[in-house]
Amino acid sequence: MESAHLKAFADAEEMEISFGPQHPSTHGVLRLMVKVDGERILDVKPIIGYLHRGTEKLFERETYNGCIPHTDRMDYTAAVTNNQGLVGAVEKLMGITIPPRAAYLRMILAELQRLASHLVWLATHALDIGAQTPYFYCFEERDKILDLFEEYCGARLTTNCMRVGGMPFELTAGWTDRCRAFIDQFPAKVADWERILTKNRIWRERTVGVGVISAADAIEWGLTGPPLRGSGVRWDIRKVFPYDRYDEVEFDIPIGTNGDTYDRYLVRMEEMRQSVRIIRQCLERLPEGPVMAKVPKVIKPPKGEVYFSVEAPKGELGYYLVSEGGDTPYRLHVRPACFINLQALPEMVRGQLVADLVAVIGTLDIVLGEIDR
Amino acid sequence: MPEPLMTYLVIPLVKIVVILLVLILGAAYLTFFERKILAYIQIRLGPNRVGPKGWLQAIADALKLFVKEDLTPARSEKFVFLLAPVLIIVPALLVFAVIPFGPSDIWRLTDINVALLFVLGVSSVGIYGIILGGWSSNNKYSLMGGLRSAAQLISYEVPMGFAVVTVVVMAGSLSLVRIVEVQRELGVWFFLPGIVALFVYFVCGVAETNRNPFDLPEAESELVGGFHTEYSGMKWAFFFLGEYANMIVISAMATVLFFGGWLPPFPNLLEPLWTSSALAWVPPPFWFLLKVAAFIFLYMWFRGTFPRYRFDQLMRLGWKVLLPVSLANLMVVALGVLMLGERS
Amino acid sequence: MAEEEKGAAQASAPPGAPAGDAAAPPKAPWEDKPATPVPHDASAHPAVAELEAAVPGAVAEAVEMAGQVTVVVPLERLLAVCQALKGQLGYGFLVDLTVVDWPGREAGRFDVVYWLHRHRDESRLRVKVRVAEGQEVPSVTPVWKVANWMEREAFDMFGLYFGGHPNLERILTWEGFSGHPLRKDFPLEGIDTGAAIYPDVFPPGGGPVAGGGEE
Repeated sequence: MESAHLKAFADAEEMEISFGPQHPSTHGVLRLMVKVDGERILDVKPIIGYLHRGTEKLFERETYNGCIPHTDRMDYTAAVTNNQGLVGAVEKLMGITIPPRAAYLRMILAELQRLASHLVWLATHALDIGAQTPYFYCFEERDKILDLFEEYCGARLTTNCMRVGGMPFELTAGWTDRCRAFIDQFPAKVADWERILTKNRIWRERTVGVGVISAADAIEWGLTGPPLRGSGVRWDIRKVFPYDRYDEVEFDIPIGTNGDTYDRYLVRMEEMRQSVRIIRQCLERLPEGPVMAKVPKVIKPPKGEVYFSVEAPKGELGYYLVSEGGDTPYRLHVRPACFINLQALPEMVRGQLVADLVAVIGTLDIVLGEIDR
Repeated sequence: MPEPLMTYLVIPLVKIVVILLVLILGAAYLTFFERKILAYIQIRLGPNRVGPKGWLQAIADALKLFVKEDLTPARSEKFVFLLAPVLIIVPALLVFAVIPFGPSDIWRLTDINVALLFVLGVSSVGIYGIILGGWSSNNKYSLMGGLRSAAQLISYEVPMGFAVVTVVVMAGSLSLVRIVEVQRELGVWFFLPGIVALFVYFVCGVAETNRNPFDLPEAESELVGGFHTEYSGMKWAFFFLGEYANMIVISAMATVLFFGGWLPPFPNLLEPLWTSSALAWVPPPFWFLLKVAAFIFLYMWFRGTFPRYRFDQLMRLGWKVLLPVSLANLMVVALGVLMLGERS
Repeated sequence: MAEEEKGAAQASAPPGAPAGDAAAPPKAPWEDKPATPVPHDASAHPAVAELEAAVPGAVAEAVEMAGQVTVVVPLERLLAVCQALKGQLGYGFLVDLTVVDWPGREAGRFDVVYWLHRHRDESRLRVKVRVAEGQEVPSVTPVWKVANWMEREAFDMFGLYFGGHPNLERILTWEGFSGHPLRKDFPLEGIDTGAAIYPDVFPPGGGPVAGGGEE
């Protein structure tokens, strides 16, 4: 044998694989150092930061409304909920009450965003497990949602669609009808995807019992959002600390029982239906009136600190805002849901197979923009 | 020109050239059809820009692959790296030497009395291409892909063999031509008595060609292409052509073994129609290719529908389900043949 | 008790202002001047009293603002307080851990902020310790596993050393990066990434040395 390295290769019992950052299943630029014995995973060490842009540092320079576009770029599949968290934090610190119409608009947009985010998750998760077709079905629906966003605020992805004190724009004529038309046809599509996947034997074999995390462990590891609910903890910021007008709409929080990938899949599928339910109620009740509260031209919150969080599609997205009374935040820290959910990854995949690794990455629904900020 | 030269050299050579051309072009066009079919499954258009309605897409792809830079990883086993794609494609093409496309000698290259063994034997050589390709790339993903492939092919060869033996028991011959002839004489195609064997055969066939839902050796989302991660240009195209040629092989074999080869469909019911002057001109290979196309469509349909199996589940399916089923089926069929006693 | 309810509800809308009565003669809250929250002492808050009872002398200062209670804890009692908070008081979920930089403050340059959640009554509590430059903070990873990456981030961004952390490495910047970006004295425009190659020009703990990178 001419090359010694090939021999070493063949003799080694453990192998270390660098999984990413350009691997197609890491949903961005996540890098995992995976130690495997054959196909079995001995340990995983996530290496992150490839997309670090110093967002928190940039916040300290921007005016409060100027911070909002930066939040778009954290979880770029769910820009609206990112906006919502930031403006909520500033409003809480300033004691602003937003007009009911603005609150309802925020809820409609946020729930549409949740649908869009879950669609990206389902598309990529299914693709990781080898099912190509749902990808295209999901992206078709997501495009319709992005069309609605575009019509409202001019942007599809980085929406920048909220301001401290309310909403920047009134709805365009006929927007609510188009939104209603969308949500009317949406549940049938969800049922369609469920037909492809939910009872599919291969899908079940690939997800049931994979990446199991118990409820106690999930809390210990700080999981929030669908990964926590998949483990059977009925906990959702929208119910626990209702913001906007979530206390006025009816919806259920789906939970799983086993805390495995399949349960998290079911939870998210049901969440989509619940989001549709919320949007429908919001559209019915959407009050008339202004969309912007009376706020000063220059946003200057008082000296103090506040933490405000929203239920982003990925989990609890929190903003910790420290103000010194100036027109820029003194410190604005983000509690990224994905960052903390990802931390549990090694715990969830240890002892499983390489194929499960991609399933678990998919089920955690991470977005590297938010992890690295 | 002397007679033997004509019979043993010129005519076979012409046939070989025709078969190779049709096959390679067919394999290339299968990629186009696959993309189109997948596109229709996935509510999109598929390739539609190159040539009228996208029909030249396959040619464009081939041209692209021809002119693409051919990379060889610096620390790979150079010779083996080069050998692997050849090992994939040659056996896949070789099998067509014995596949009968029609009843008379003109429609086939040769008919040997152990054709079935030849097919099984030669097509198994292709696995070396995958293993060696994965190993020589000096890439961990490729190595894992190669290993997966090795385990997969070995496991699925066994039940596939039993499924094929079922047909041999029914036909009483290893010659592919004879197998089709028996189906014609009986008036019953073997998929009816051998429905279980057909199922086992085709599942194994999908697994042997590394196609969804058994595409673990290449699994883009896990192994980033698996055994062919490091291949580019024409070498990669060889892997690709090999995969599609193997799909045709499996489909052609399924047609011959279970669906009466070149015979027109529904021999009992529609006999008058096929022999009537309106349709008698249809050449037998037409029916053959039609059936092959149906199987290939199944392949593509699977790809549009199924997620991917996991490695251990694949092994379990092979050893714990398909193997016992095919074995039991073989015994039942053999017993049936013995009881009916029509042929020995 | 009204205090506590307010603390539990994070909603920005005050109670008693449902949608629809915007036209009522007293101005609707969104047309009026914002009701700015004012920080006030919260030593009597039940959550603080509970903590004081569990670990006597743990609470150096307690402030409530916008319904959120902040407890300042002496650094040397931090681990004991956290263990009590998790064990006796049931704050099982560490929501967030971060650092705020106050250069030049006498009480210590950094605030390390822990934001805890209790599932029993869905209440939250903010615990703060003041840390001087170079002082070691005990790691809370033995108490809440989730703190692992949060502390790594705090170390990376602020250069705080967490004693007893299992794997205190940089997390968002790369190994070999010099400086801690979220410190107030770190230049906003960043430093030359040559810091990875010339650590002598970019010493740890801050931005580039004046005139250091010029040759």
